[in-house]
Amino acid sequence: MADHGPVDGGIPADDDIPAESGTPAERGTPGGGTPPGGETPVLRITGLNKSFGAVHVLHDVDFTLRPGQVTALVGDNGAGKSTLIKCIAGIHPIDSGTIEFEGRQVSISGPRDAAALGIEVVYQDLALADNLDIVQNMFLGRERTKGVVLDEDSMEQAARETLARLSVRTVKSVRQQVASLSGGQRQTVAIAKAALWESKVVILDEPTAALGVAQTRQVLDLVRRLADTGHSVVLISHNMNDVFEVADRITALYLGRVAADVARAEVTHGQVVELITAGRSGELGLAPVTAAENL
Amino acid sequence: MKLADSDFAADRRAHDVGSAVRDYLTRLRGGELGALPALLGMGGLILLFWILRPETFLSSQNIANLFTQALPVTILAMGLIFVLLLGEIDLSAGVTGGVCAAVMAKLMVDAEQPWYVAVLAALATGLVIGGAIGWLVSVIRIPSFVVTLALFLGLQGVTLRLIGEGGTVPVRDDVVVALANKNMPIWAGWLLAVVCTAGYAAVQLGRWRRQHQRNLAARPIQLVVGQVAVVGAALLFGTFLLSRDRAPSPLITVAGVPWGVLLVAVLFIIASFVLSRTPYGRHLYAVGGNAEAARRAGINVTRLRMSVFMIASTLAAVSGIVAASRLNSVATASGGGNELLFAVGAAVIGGTSLFGGKGKARDAILGGLVVSIIANGLGLLGAKAYLNMLITGGVLLLAASIDALARRQRSASGR
Ligand SMILES: Nc1ncnc2c1ncn2[C@@H]1O[C@H](COP(=O)(O)OP(=O)(O)OP(=O)(O)O)[C@@H](O)[C@H]1O
Ligand SMILES: [Mg+2]
Repeated sequence: MADHGPVDGGIPADDDIPAESGTPAERGTPGGGTPPGGETPVLRITGLNKSFGAVHVLHDVDFTLRPGQVTALVGDNGAGKSTLIKCIAGIHPIDSGTIEFEGRQVSISGPRDAAALGIEVVYQDLALADNLDIVQNMFLGRERTKGVVLDEDSMEQAARETLARLSVRTVKSVRQQVASLSGGQRQTVAIAKAALWESKVVILDEPTAALGVAQTRQVLDLVRRLADTGHSVVLISHNMNDVFEVADRITALYLGRVAADVARAEVTHGQVVELITAGRSGELGLAPVTAAENL
Repeated sequence: MKLADSDFAADRRAHDVGSAVRDYLTRLRGGELGALPALLGMGGLILLFWILRPETFLSSQNIANLFTQALPVTILAMGLIFVLLLGEIDLSAGVTGGVCAAVMAKLMVDAEQPWYVAVLAALATGLVIGGAIGWLVSVIRIPSFVVTLALFLGLQGVTLRLIGEGGTVPVRDDVVVALANKNMPIWAGWLLAVVCTAGYAAVQLGRWRRQHQRNLAARPIQLVVGQVAVVGAALLFGTFLLSRDRAPSPLITVAGVPWGVLLVAVLFIIASFVLSRTPYGRHLYAVGGNAEAARRAGINVTRLRMSVFMIASTLAAVSGIVAASRLNSVATASGGGNELLFAVGAAVIGGTSLFGGKGKARDAILGGLVVSIIANGLGLLGAKAYLNMLITGGVLLLAASIDALARRQRSASGR
């Protein structure tokens, strides 16, 4: 596996962001349908298809991620959002299509490949082991060792620093079993686990679904901070307010097809909702025939 | 009013004995029973058999007997713990031990091979059987209880074919026989106990010091010292018991720690190290707790699942060899009787969960001793075979119930 050890400072601290950074709108997000010129995408997926048996879940999906941007992936329940990111994460093998990472065509055949490229995923169905403690979960599969022996001390320290930097305030002990955490706390641990590693792409599948007001705020701030420090972030969410607050681009999936990939500044709430529910909205979206054919 | 702990308060707070005891009680109520059931069971059983058979049960001869009786069960259970950690089962472990012992005996008697060739062949046989089970379970994905149930029958056929209908093969090799029948020199026994105690103390205190210096989560020092003292006392007391002369006649002396105990000690240290200090061990717990999470973390679950069956079957071979040494022979029925039931019982009584993700190497030792005390005590009482079976089966069910109830308690209290 490549060297993607956790790097101290891998997570941007609060004070890294200039105070005047403001809301995304003021930061001059690239407008228009054209993505920022010249910059190579971190990840570019073209023509991805995925079926589970007879069920064709993803149809010719194109998906592009650029550094420093938050891409919101939206769509109704069962649209295929989680399946798409699991394909990127190497959990599901893809049937056809190409994946390019930083301009290079890659094949991701397992979670390790994805992690080695610098892709971190926070899954919707939380991927934590209940019988392990917080530290053990955060380093699972990538434990630090001294020789053959686990280096518990340095893992505990790094885990605690990361949690502290993410302003996780409600955890009693980093050595408590994950089973004893609340849903929101588990979610924060899962996010901290992704933030622990030096990564280029961070994918969050409905990270705020189980969170309280303060934690949701923190996650959204974190999403913005990650993007501002050059990460490419994918945020899956059903909450349009969250999407419009942090996203630079919005990709809408409709029954396994990309209905639209637009800059946030170009669309309204209502249009996005229409894209999600009907696959099209005015000029945007799937051709009427395609949209109807899927029904 | 006191607010709930936050900000890693529990990690930073200076623990005193009071708060540590309160934490322990909370954990206990939450279904984290640890070694408690095994220790209570052991104490109760010793008391019971001592009252019923005051002159024989605690005689120095019977105590030594008890330890050697516990050897095969403990070793078998230690291997099974790896399998149980993944939530799998190996029903064929007992007969695997029988087949391996038969291979060893046949090689020594018929082929006149030296003991080390025969023992290595037996271990290799175990490894191959484990590899086959592991392949069928992890690659073909047949449930492990079906695979090993089939092998439970099939391997008895292999033993029968090797040894011949109704026969036994004697084991006379000095080295193999010494394993369960000869003792270490008295001084060596004491040396072993002292070295183990000192090593344990060094590891525990060293870890506490490191954690304390780096401001990490640590247990109160009183508790660490107390634990070291209890373990040290148990080791030294056991050595004392085994160092007394237990010869039936005053003309000879029989004293010292049996060699097999050294073997178990070495296996225990290796197993503990692997389970608690290496990434491999950590991954076993992770797969047992949430296999999908482990897979997403990039752990090769298939390979891991295969490896535990290889470990279990190899340790089953060791167990079979020790059993053959104790009985001085291998019979067609070797390993086909209570062995497996006892070993699973031992692991579960010790605190290993049948649901996976929970268990320690020490469970094999604690549980192995409890199971042997039951078998030994019932033997002294002259209990009929049927009663023996009923009681042993009942004890396994009791241990499994405690495991299931504790698990329910854990999920109810969110642990
Ligand atoms: N492992 C699987 N096997 C078979 N079908 C699957 C599997 N995973 C997902 N599907 C199907 O694929 C479709 C897309 O599911 P997916 O989980 O990607 O939806 P989603 O967009 O994430 O929805 P939600 O918003 O509810 O999370 C669904 O119809 C689902 O039934
Ligand atoms: Mg989903």
